[in-house]
Amino acid sequence: MSTMPEALVLSGVSKKFGAVEANRNVSLTVQKGSIHAIAGENGAGKSTLARLIYGLHRPDSGTIAVNGKTVSMNSPKDAIALGIGMVHQHFMLVPNFTVAENIILGIEEKALFASISVRKTAESIRILSERYGMPVDPEALTGSLSVGEEQRVEILKALYRKAEILILDEPTAVLTPQEIDRLFSVLRSLRDTGKTILIITHKLDEVISLADRVSVMRKGEVTGTVECRNTSKAELARMMVGRNVLLRVDNPVPAPLKPVLAVENLCCRTQKGAMKLDNLSFTIRAGEIFGIAGVEGNGQSELLSILCGLNDRKNRLSGTILLDGTTITGRTPAEITSLGVSHVPEDRLKHAVIRNFSVSENILFGRQREQRFRKGFGFNRTILDAYAKKLAGRYDIRFDDINIQSLASLSGGNQQKVVVARELDRPFLKLLILAQPTRGVDIGAIELIHRSIIETRDNGVAVLLITSELDELITLSTRIGCLYNGSLRKIFTEEEVAEGRTDEEAFEHEIGLHIT
Amino acid sequence: MKTRIRHIFIPFAAVAGAGLFGMAIILMTGRDPAEIGSRLFNATLGSGYGMGQVLFKTTTLIFTGLAVALPFRARLFNIGGEGQLQVAAFSAAVTGAMLPSSLPPIAAVPLTACAAMAAGGIWGASAGVLKVRFGVNEVISTIMLNFIAQALTGYLLTSHFAVPSTEHTAETGSASMLPGLDEITGFFRGSPLNVSIFGALAVAILSSLFLFRTSAGYELRAVGSQPDAASYAGIRSERYLLTVMGAAGAIAGLGAMNLVAGYKHYYETGMTAGIGFSGIAVALLAGAHPIWILPAALFFGFLEYGGLAVGAYVPKEIFMIIQAITILLVIIGTARKT
Repeated sequence: MSTMPEALVLSGVSKKFGAVEANRNVSLTVQKGSIHAIAGENGAGKSTLARLIYGLHRPDSGTIAVNGKTVSMNSPKDAIALGIGMVHQHFMLVPNFTVAENIILGIEEKALFASISVRKTAESIRILSERYGMPVDPEALTGSLSVGEEQRVEILKALYRKAEILILDEPTAVLTPQEIDRLFSVLRSLRDTGKTILIITHKLDEVISLADRVSVMRKGEVTGTVECRNTSKAELARMMVGRNVLLRVDNPVPAPLKPVLAVENLCCRTQKGAMKLDNLSFTIRAGEIFGIAGVEGNGQSELLSILCGLNDRKNRLSGTILLDGTTITGRTPAEITSLGVSHVPEDRLKHAVIRNFSVSENILFGRQREQRFRKGFGFNRTILDAYAKKLAGRYDIRFDDINIQSLASLSGGNQQKVVVARELDRPFLKLLILAQPTRGVDIGAIELIHRSIIETRDNGVAVLLITSELDELITLSTRIGCLYNGSLRKIFTEEEVAEGRTDEEAFEHEIGLHIT
Repeated sequence: MKTRIRHIFIPFAAVAGAGLFGMAIILMTGRDPAEIGSRLFNATLGSGYGMGQVLFKTTTLIFTGLAVALPFRARLFNIGGEGQLQVAAFSAAVTGAMLPSSLPPIAAVPLTACAAMAAGGIWGASAGVLKVRFGVNEVISTIMLNFIAQALTGYLLTSHFAVPSTEHTAETGSASMLPGLDEITGFFRGSPLNVSIFGALAVAILSSLFLFRTSAGYELRAVGSQPDAASYAGIRSERYLLTVMGAAGAIAGLGAMNLVAGYKHYYETGMTAGIGFSGIAVALLAGAHPIWILPAALFFGFLEYGGLAVGAYVPKEIFMIIQAITILLVIIGTARKT
């Protein structure tokens, strides 16, 4: 390994934003032709580091050397010229352009009115995409692509610009397990042709299965760089968090009681006639977690919106949904909530919080109709403050000032803890609906969120869990249903799930068979 | 915390910047800015009459400013203050003139105010209905409603309500006239300033309490910040969009009370022209905060009357330019932070 030339060397790089030291004295060596992971919790400074390497920020001190030469980059343009490409977490594509148009965007002919030879480019894109096993139609409109395909376009965009060093910022955050597998094989084949891959992630499984070496960051500093062959998840977690972390919470065998939610023959047809839910039936009993596995787009979002009363009115519904014997179809979100249903939506920033409201205003959000918080036309500030502080303490939510600081300024993990705390602590809770409850959340917070979900279950609440993290699904669920094309193809019983936990990898593959 | 300080600082910087710009233009017209400045201050702050005039203009601007600021909190841009004020002024004048003279002020004034609020409210709520029921963008619908307001009042005035060979309606009965502050205090002598200003202050304070201290205000701000999240939280945003547009129209309508019941006592062509649009500027300068509307309206009231008062020396258009520059600077200042 040590004989390999160095693609990228950072020496003593520091970067401050105001009083915050995002990166402190970071030194890092990335070998050419290797996959190097940068792991760390949210806010550890991983993204800042990537942005420094891509020329989006300039370091306050320290040097960056590319291929042995110290460089000074003023903008991504300089980075691209040096052969560095970046795939951002949020894709930067124009939806109503074709794939080819997106790829040449910014490097088309310099003369203003020169014609763009899209056809020629399309051909070379096709060749490029086949060489690395990333099939994509250059003439397709980008808006019609799946998330995985969009990511391929971003990678091709970098390769088309002759990138030798490819930075990927949390590339798996939006992908399904199958798409992740495909991405990883693409990345491995890129490495094998001599490209250097720098992947930023907080998922330790991925680090271990993909990367050659990993540098772990904590609070802006690199706490260590290790060979992935010689490390374990537990060691990496300790390096990331600074203490021992329980990666898998204890999950005592639950004692389920009577059914709380009964979904029977639920069908949902869109206006265009597509069957989104097709005779879907399942029940959830009090005191159990019913997990739903499935590739995105197989009816999860329709099921969630129907259960929350936010179903698109143009969709045609049939079948019944009973909550403790009361039908909930056709009811408003507020009515369903008042029946004892809590919901942690998938897209936290869009649906679960108001970004510019304070932390305490967000703890109130969705529960503002509860009498105990009310006073006259307004709210009882004293009671609300005390309640918000109590929850913040119990869920370890970190903030500067609960009444002033906007929610958007908190880290992703703390934001999600606000949502989870608020939804789990609802009085008279009967059914808890969780969609991707730990997406974009750091390990320390995942542990806490998992514990509190299990605690809620043990208090006799029925829990519906929809997540794309199979790992999480197997850890938490009492039973697991496999959703495919709008109906449950297979439901694993309590015994089967308990047995599956003993050989998780095999179980994950078995689930995978039922959802594709 | 830093952004908060910045937010407060931006409007002041914008006002100062626009003032400097105004001085430069005055120089270019060959006048001495210092001389114009002292004339401006003498004409406005130097006499009770001048102050009264400024505060009179301020009063209407507070109402039309609030009519923009409140919907703004629900992410609606009400361009229709102009039309809402116009139909309200017409409605107040006609109602005031038709009330029987035996009616005491205690009944006549509220009835006139109700007529003004109802007319403005219907105009505002129409845009709300178009938005909620048919998805018509409120910017477009309020602009169209402005045209309709202008045409409708024009037609009703010339064909039905104008005093022959004039362009105004008959004078209202004395019972629906609001007392001027010069009669009450002896100060502001001869100026049109009247008790409406207390109404404006009250509505501004009530609006602020509503937005930041009530649960309905909390839900309204949630709807304005993130409509999708609001619906997840069980908030029925349609109801808020409709109500806030109606309320905004009614508040703009109260501005007509200042003009009709407080000053002219009749409706005449063009008496409301431009005040609704200035309300947009006031709301932008105030960052759509009901309390900050007060100083913002005062600033614009000062410029509007000041421009008239020194019109003999420099073109009053200069003051319109200063107003516009202020708003552009505010927008530049707030946009830069993203």
